[in-house]
Amino acid sequence: MSKVADRRSPVLVLFIWAFLFLWLVIAAFPFFWTFWGSFKVEGDFFSKADWTWALFGHLTPVETGGNFTGDGYHGAWVQEEFWRAALNTVIVVVSVVAISLTFGTLAGYALSRSTYNYAFWLLILALIFRAMPPITLVSGYLLPFYQWNLWGHLPTSIIVLVAINQPFTLWMLTSFFRNIPKDLDESAMVDGCTHFQAFRHVIIPVMWPGVITTGLFSLLLAYNDFAVTAMLLSKDNQTMVPKIASFLGTTQTKGNVMFAVASVVSVTAPLFILVMFFQRQIVSGLTAGAVKG
Amino acid sequence: MKNTRLFLKGALASAVLMAGSSALSTAYAACGIEGGRVSIVGNEFPAIQTVARGAESCAGDGVEVKSNLTADHQKINVAGMQGNPAEYTTAIIANSSIVALMNEDVIRPLDDLVAKHGQDIPKNQLITVNGKIMAVAFMANAQHLAYRKDVLSELGIEPPKSYEEMLAAAKAIKDAGKSEFPIGGAYKAGWNLAQEFVNMYIGHGGEFYKDGSPEPAINNEQGVAALNMMKELTAYMNPDFLTHDSNATGAEMEAGNVMLMNMWGSRIGVLQDEEGAPKEIAENIEVAGPMMVGDSGTPATTLWWDGWTVAKNISDEDAEATFLAMKNGISPSILNDDTMGEAVWMIEGYEPAAVNQGVFASIASGATAYPMLPYHGLMHTALGNEIADFLTGKEDAAKTLADVEAAYVTAAKEKGFLN
Amino acid sequence: MLLFIALPIVSVVLQSMYAPHEQVVVEVENCDVFGCKKSTMVDQDATRELRDAKPLGRFVGSDIYTNRSHLATSEVAIAWRDSDGLSAFFKDIMNLPFYRAMAFTLTFTFVVTPMVLILGFFIAVAVNSIPSLLRGPAIFLSLLPLIITPLIGSLILFWMIDARGIVGALLQTLAGDPNLSLKASTSLTWVTLIVYGIWHSAPFAFVVYYAGLQTVPKDTLESAMIDGASRWEQIRYVVLPHLLPLTTFIALIQLMDNFRVFEPIMGFNASAHAVSLSYFIYDDLGGETRLLSSAAATSVLTIVGVTILLMPVLIRAWRDFGRKQGT
Repeated sequence: MSKVADRRSPVLVLFIWAFLFLWLVIAAFPFFWTFWGSFKVEGDFFSKADWTWALFGHLTPVETGGNFTGDGYHGAWVQEEFWRAALNTVIVVVSVVAISLTFGTLAGYALSRSTYNYAFWLLILALIFRAMPPITLVSGYLLPFYQWNLWGHLPTSIIVLVAINQPFTLWMLTSFFRNIPKDLDESAMVDGCTHFQAFRHVIIPVMWPGVITTGLFSLLLAYNDFAVTAMLLSKDNQTMVPKIASFLGTTQTKGNVMFAVASVVSVTAPLFILVMFFQRQIVSGLTAGAVKG
Repeated sequence: MKNTRLFLKGALASAVLMAGSSALSTAYAACGIEGGRVSIVGNEFPAIQTVARGAESCAGDGVEVKSNLTADHQKINVAGMQGNPAEYTTAIIANSSIVALMNEDVIRPLDDLVAKHGQDIPKNQLITVNGKIMAVAFMANAQHLAYRKDVLSELGIEPPKSYEEMLAAAKAIKDAGKSEFPIGGAYKAGWNLAQEFVNMYIGHGGEFYKDGSPEPAINNEQGVAALNMMKELTAYMNPDFLTHDSNATGAEMEAGNVMLMNMWGSRIGVLQDEEGAPKEIAENIEVAGPMMVGDSGTPATTLWWDGWTVAKNISDEDAEATFLAMKNGISPSILNDDTMGEAVWMIEGYEPAAVNQGVFASIASGATAYPMLPYHGLMHTALGNEIADFLTGKEDAAKTLADVEAAYVTAAKEKGFLN
Repeated sequence: MLLFIALPIVSVVLQSMYAPHEQVVVEVENCDVFGCKKSTMVDQDATRELRDAKPLGRFVGSDIYTNRSHLATSEVAIAWRDSDGLSAFFKDIMNLPFYRAMAFTLTFTFVVTPMVLILGFFIAVAVNSIPSLLRGPAIFLSLLPLIITPLIGSLILFWMIDARGIVGALLQTLAGDPNLSLKASTSLTWVTLIVYGIWHSAPFAFVVYYAGLQTVPKDTLESAMIDGASRWEQIRYVVLPHLLPLTTFIALIQLMDNFRVFEPIMGFNASAHAVSLSYFIYDDLGGETRLLSSAAATSVLTIVGVTILLMPVLIRAWRDFGRKQGT
């Protein structure tokens, strides 16, 4: 590839850098704006009188005495106990990813080795489920869940999220496994391995990129979900996103809006770490062909 | 500096907590519940949180009290009360939303419980439908005028008593260069916008339905007049008015852009405090009564109450426990310096502040209550979806009103109100 | 699994064909805090027997699908018969909620999807050509629009694009029009929603394309270079064909998601200017009186719409699977 780079004209290089710079500014600016603003008071963050207040803070010194304030973070994490929501989110996300991937890899492997055209029907199923607006699904679940006393508990939401996401996960993993040559496990079985041993010794070592990519998509879904968790969880079991929504509420109580802004920054932070950590895997996982089917 | 503030907040919070716990112990003795399950569903604004806390103080010793207060309460309360036994033993609702519960037949009449335990609840708090007590109200609300005292007095304008005067005042403020868009209004397409039409139509003396039936009857002179008045007002509003809900409108007044607005009584308190607005603006925000429009003699506003109900599909023990706990939730013991300003309480010992005068003036002015009809929710939705077309100039008033009626009839047919 | 997947679909289809029983409305006197007045209520005793006998409600077949809130067949027929000229006909049609929603949804889908593909591709190429040390931070900044919770993302953006917010003020300066507001007119609202849609989804296309670029066969690329192919020719004849399967994947997901556009309409309070089928469902289920059958019918129509939209992609996928089967 380096040879290709050598042949580029300076104009092209300049253009590429300018384009990339412009895109990164557009992509990241709202987040940095939010981050900066989360240390201000509401009157400055939503500064209807003059937008420069949001940068330099006009009301923040008047109301808090300092140029920056941690009130939003304090209010959200200490006063409103946002950590509970964070804990619930961790439970939900870990469970959803673990369950989706366990079923997904086993079933995906089996389906990929089957001679019948499952993958296509999985695709159709994934499609119908993704096409159905989540609010319709959730409204349908409400009545039976109340009836059977399942409403409000974390496991219920976990199962629903897994169910909504599973066809998609299965489809991705199946097409990923299809790209692992059949010869690999077949030769292992010729050598006297059982199906399961072939899976363990031959497939598991090479499947990680695809599994991690699929896992990241499930993780993002569970982490960012609002429709399911807002309607199916009771106040005590709330996850982070509905909790943020409840800071806003119908009647925005003073100060709570800044709790929401501070929480948004808090919620995005772990995702940064995850993306930084798994960035290589996302790329290599997709590369390995999970999505080419 | 920052730390002292946090410390102060903490100290304040613990003081409130201590006050709360002493109230709690006295309340517990007063609840008189033998046992049972209480589960509350309702909206999440501070006044309702206070009521739920009051009810929760009855918990203990075989009595379980829990609450689920969320902005999505209307999406889950019917489903949560349809099961047997119902998940929620009580729903906190307003006069507009009680009909959804009555339509599905999920709340019980309270006559027997009132006779047994509620003799001391003032008669005017008992909401009766067809002679049966269906809910107990605890707070009132209404929309009325809020204005900037300093600006109006500087220009020598009296606070407007009608929308016609409001237009004249707005023109004077604009001409004096005080503000480009002096009028504020919660005209966000959807529920807010429909509410403003309901106000304006009632102010013009309009009737929504043909006598006692679900047949719509808004495509008339009053309807056209109401729409035209709304359009005239929008000429003095921020051009983005179709995206402004009551939160945004209040913020505009705090920013010093809006000098006159029709606003919920419950939302003015936060505009007058020291947060969010420069001091010279905050202390000049004043309230007055509701405005008239045309010559019908009825103010262009609606009166609202919030109250609680008891679920039908629960055991008598739970119903009794719920009644007693909720009664405690709205007893004078919940009022203290902090909770006093949260609402216009209909509770003994409540002392109205200056900010509440608007709501009281609305009640005194002979305003009508928001219609408590089984099918009015459908009308409200239809209005909210169709009126924007008139205000953006896409169609004329008669066409818009015809569209509203058509949308309403479609929905009412589906629900079985019309055939 | 089957319970969660099959049951809701069956129940939604059933729900869309049944409506609540006819309600007996009686006149009553209601008393509240503010006095007594004449009102009406539903006579529960009168309908209870009917409800118990037929708990699903009354069967209405396709009535819900053809009523004014959905396909509006009779309204369309009347408009066709009565309006003089095609433009008058279209004006009448655009007054009906379903067709108005389709107009916006289809515009949104068919502008955002290709733009996301193109922008994502260029970002991927650009990121791929910078020194590898800088790639990590570039990837991570590029992903931000995708990972910020849309609920809050749109709230903050909504404020930024306000006439007095930073982006709004910048646009006013650029356009030289101090009264420019993105929220006040229908056309500018559409532009705003579309730009948001592209901004939000471009990172998704970027990640997938960037991954694809890593696997472009180097030997093919080098032999093309030796043959004297220009940079453009390399992209045209080597890179693009290699990325074609990924394009299908992104297009599939994007068409599906864009057709259900909902969050930006809510977040930007744009319902006065732009609506979508998903918005109708939300409206039907979120009102004070909930319209379950109407919401169910709209959901079925959404699925049908998505299926029609994806037909070309599906046919392609079917053939692909068939081919693989053969080997």
